Amino acid sequence: MNVELLTLSEIVDVEGDAGNFTIKVKKKSRYVDTDKCIACGLCAEKCPKKVDDEFNANMGKRKAIYIKYGQSVPLKYAIDPDNCIYLTRGKCRACEKFCPTGAINFDDKEEIVSINVGAVILAPGFKAFDPSGLDCYGYGIIPDVVTSLEYERMLSAGGPFQGHLVRPSDHTEPKKIAWLQCVGSRNTNQCKNGYCSNVCCMYAIKQAMVTSEHLSGEGTEQSIFYMDIRSHGKEFERYYENARKGDVQFIQARPHTIDPGKNNNGVIMRYTNTEGRQIVKEFDLAVLSVGLEAPEDAPQLAEKFKIELNHYGFAKTKDFNPVSTIRPGVFVTGAFQAPKDIPQSVTEASTAAAEAARILSASRGSLTKTKTYPPENDVKDQVPSIGVFICSCGINIANTVDVHALAEYAKDLPYVSFVDNNLFTCSADTQAIIAEKIKEHKLNRIVIAACTPRTHEPLFQDTLKEASLNGYLVEMVNIRNQNSWVHQKEPEKATQKAKDQVWMGVARVAKNYPLDQISVNVVRKALVIGGGLAGMNSALALADQGYDCILIENNDRLGGNAWFLNHTYKGEPIRPMLEKIIDKVENNEKINVIKNAQLLSVQGSIGNFSSEIQADNEKINVNYGVAVVATGAKESRPAEYMYGKDDRIMTHLEFDAAVRNNNNEIKKAKSAVFIQCVGSRDEKRPYCSRVCCTHAVESAIFLKTVNPEMNVYILYRDMRTYGDREDLYKKARDLGVLFIRFNRNDKPEVSIENNEIYVKVYEPVVQLPVKLYADFLILAAAIVPNKNDELVELYKCGVNQDGFLNEAHPKLKPVDMPVDGLFVAGMCNYPKPVDESIAQGLAAASRAGVILSRDKMKLDAIKSMVTDKCDGCALCVDACPYNAIKLEHDSEKTGKSYVVSDPALCRGCGICEATCPKGGIIVHGFTTEQIQAQVDAALTNQLIY
Amino acid sequence: MSEKFEPTIIGFLCNWCAYAGADLAGVSRLQYPPNMRPIRVMCSGMVPADIVVNALEQGADGVMVMG
Repeated sequence: MNVELLTLSEIVDVEGDAGNFTIKVKKKSRYVDTDKCIACGLCAEKCPKKVDDEFNANMGKRKAIYIKYGQSVPLKYAIDPDNCIYLTRGKCRACEKFCPTGAINFDDKEEIVSINVGAVILAPGFKAFDPSGLDCYGYGIIPDVVTSLEYERMLSAGGPFQGHLVRPSDHTEPKKIAWLQCVGSRNTNQCKNGYCSNVCCMYAIKQAMVTSEHLSGEGTEQSIFYMDIRSHGKEFERYYENARKGDVQFIQARPHTIDPGKNNNGVIMRYTNTEGRQIVKEFDLAVLSVGLEAPEDAPQLAEKFKIELNHYGFAKTKDFNPVSTIRPGVFVTGAFQAPKDIPQSVTEASTAAAEAARILSASRGSLTKTKTYPPENDVKDQVPSIGVFICSCGINIANTVDVHALAEYAKDLPYVSFVDNNLFTCSADTQAIIAEKIKEHKLNRIVIAACTPRTHEPLFQDTLKEASLNGYLVEMVNIRNQNSWVHQKEPEKATQKAKDQVWMGVARVAKNYPLDQISVNVVRKALVIGGGLAGMNSALALADQGYDCILIENNDRLGGNAWFLNHTYKGEPIRPMLEKIIDKVENNEKINVIKNAQLLSVQGSIGNFSSEIQADNEKINVNYGVAVVATGAKESRPAEYMYGKDDRIMTHLEFDAAVRNNNNEIKKAKSAVFIQCVGSRDEKRPYCSRVCCTHAVESAIFLKTVNPEMNVYILYRDMRTYGDREDLYKKARDLGVLFIRFNRNDKPEVSIENNEIYVKVYEPVVQLPVKLYADFLILAAAIVPNKNDELVELYKCGVNQDGFLNEAHPKLKPVDMPVDGLFVAGMCNYPKPVDESIAQGLAAASRAGVILSRDKMKLDAIKSMVTDKCDGCALCVDACPYNAIKLEHDSEKTGKSYVVSDPALCRGCGICEATCPKGGIIVHGFTTEQIQAQVDAALTNQLIY
Repeated sequence: MSEKFEPTIIGFLCNWCAYAGADLAGVSRLQYPPNMRPIRVMCSGMVPADIVVNALEQGADGVMVMG
């Protein structure tokens, strides 16, 4: 609604400054009128011209009139002018003849449009590395060598092989598959990409894990050839460990040659293993885990916008302003800034939005439109006419559950007037079909048998509203997450369960009735909990958007961990920037800083919270609409390697402090030893602390710079210098820092002999134990979250197994918390460096601003309602955990007591409903009658219903 | 008895924890027997005791209230 899409467009020219840019855009011809196209696909069916399908990595074919993929937005066809027979040779026009809506327009002309904007966000993404030039891998010559992107398409139900995994050479199912990491990354010999592409380790592990789901039978083998496994994201290390314990083999080697297998099927791989032995091994298929490069047109884009690129061609930014370019008002996000994964990209999209919102705050709301729906049909008293839409989810559901049998079964269920099966029920075209079928069959209740309502219910509610139905007349039946995915080996029983689930959904939705959402006033003020870099940046961004902020910090000074750090990884000094930020926060009239503060209570919900805060000797009451939680983390105290026994054995932060204090002993030292993963990636803390590898490398470079004669050793398990942090790793090696890999089961041993520190470790290259003398031993102590127990209890939010605060969705909602109105930023969410903490702090401010920008907001309609059966016994009043129910007495009219529930406070938990012995209070959408209907359906045969 | 006993279990899953957990079990591809029929509720506290008893009376072999 408030997003205008200009597809097939490119930037021609940029003029003006922040707040007022004029951008000339060339809109290329689509030759299809998007207002008329209904994406029926008839044109593509009739088009005689077949073209390689670039979306399917050229492994399949598309037509000259095409949509890129089923979930395209907008879902409208386009003619590819380079391949269209009419546009190239002047004859054909088949599409025009068959188009039922007359949408084809061969007279469509390219046009230049001028748009006026206040800020620009550049998100052109990345280009996958093309391994064609590397002859050692035989890509493009050996048929069974594919890139990871090609493999991704091969696994996809919408891909060239419809999700049936077959190899390109002979279309048989590959049993033994090898992944080769770092193809086009961490490589300055065969290409110029010295950086780590950040995402390939995880996508290779994911592909290997998904492959085991696709392959059946004996003899399957997935092997990943790697240099360092970099699973440094939240929950990634656990995923890696699961893969290791499961079917996936991890081989630390860099295969140097791939030869074709027998008859040009499969591959023969040559590599040297860790014992130095030459190995020749056959595989059915080799997947090259290709890296991420800056987009090809990045230099032109940079020139047009007058922004800088770094030496790898990615957009240049600073750690303290992670999405800002040198040109005010122009921001960058996503992989254009650096190779990054989905959570980080989604987070930084909000970061860029926060920066744009700062510039645009004066004109906020002046051009926005609000969505209107067609008037709702009153179907409350109609006999149910239920439509059932069964999703195949590609093969996710259809591989296990017999969706056709399920559809047949659903047709005979009571009140069901229409049943359909869709490849992807969530795709834009299916939404249109659902709306159409609602009208055609006069459907008044809908069952969607697909994935989970926790992610997809809002989408289908919207579809109903578009079709003049109340959004609460839809019921989602979870046959994917809670069926096909968890019963993969029992397709028959899974299908039976799916039938029961659909029947339960039908029985329940028949008793659904339209609900109205209520509006509440929004307190346009934010509470920021935690005054570290993330919290302070969040508060500043909120204040710049024009909102009042209360920033509480439990310490007596702002700044958090940043006080203990010297430089960011790009070398920006932290202390001066920190002091500047603290100064800005403390002098911002919109920010109320409360130090030595403790949160005592929380009441209310999104839009209207109230809390009591203990500050020094007084208690302060505050009202706020949203909260940003940025309570941080800390370096742990090591419990091993003789830490605490000698002052020369220190943690990273202690070493940084020694450097700041100009400890002369450091410069005079002959030898320094670093040990990584101290308390991370072990049984107790099975996660990677993310920052320590880079930290160690930076410190090692510092030592080698001040004293090139010093022996510096880094003992590590996997070096995780992701992105262009890899440059630091290379620099350290160039300076002569020695890196020794150790195994988790064979850790280094530290001893103090005659007041001298020694570290014994097995050296895998020379294959001998070595004993290193250390003037200093620096331990990469794990990052642990600050205690959040009270906060979790007060807000009813959650932490993961490691104690880090949870986000609402690890990929799609990485800054929102599971409790509405709460946002998370910084290290309390997961260990992260300065630039990422700041980015998440700004992102949280952007997400919070979505709520604060309105003075009223709509709440979910799942709320308790008092019925006329209430006799005022008040049993529910004490049972309500949200204090939403009050007892009232009607002294004037009836003289009776009754309860009243406050919908703004009610969270719809329904404890009142279960407590009430008389049906005096119910929860909309979850009435006893509806729950009973599901139980009955689960236990009775529908034919006797 | 020639056929193996297959219990029918009614599961009440709290939307905020158990249901989310069951979703996550799916994402993680954890495999478990397909005998439970899940019912999503907004809180395990919303399940009335008489519905639990009624389910057992109607022939359910077990009822799980998860929250």
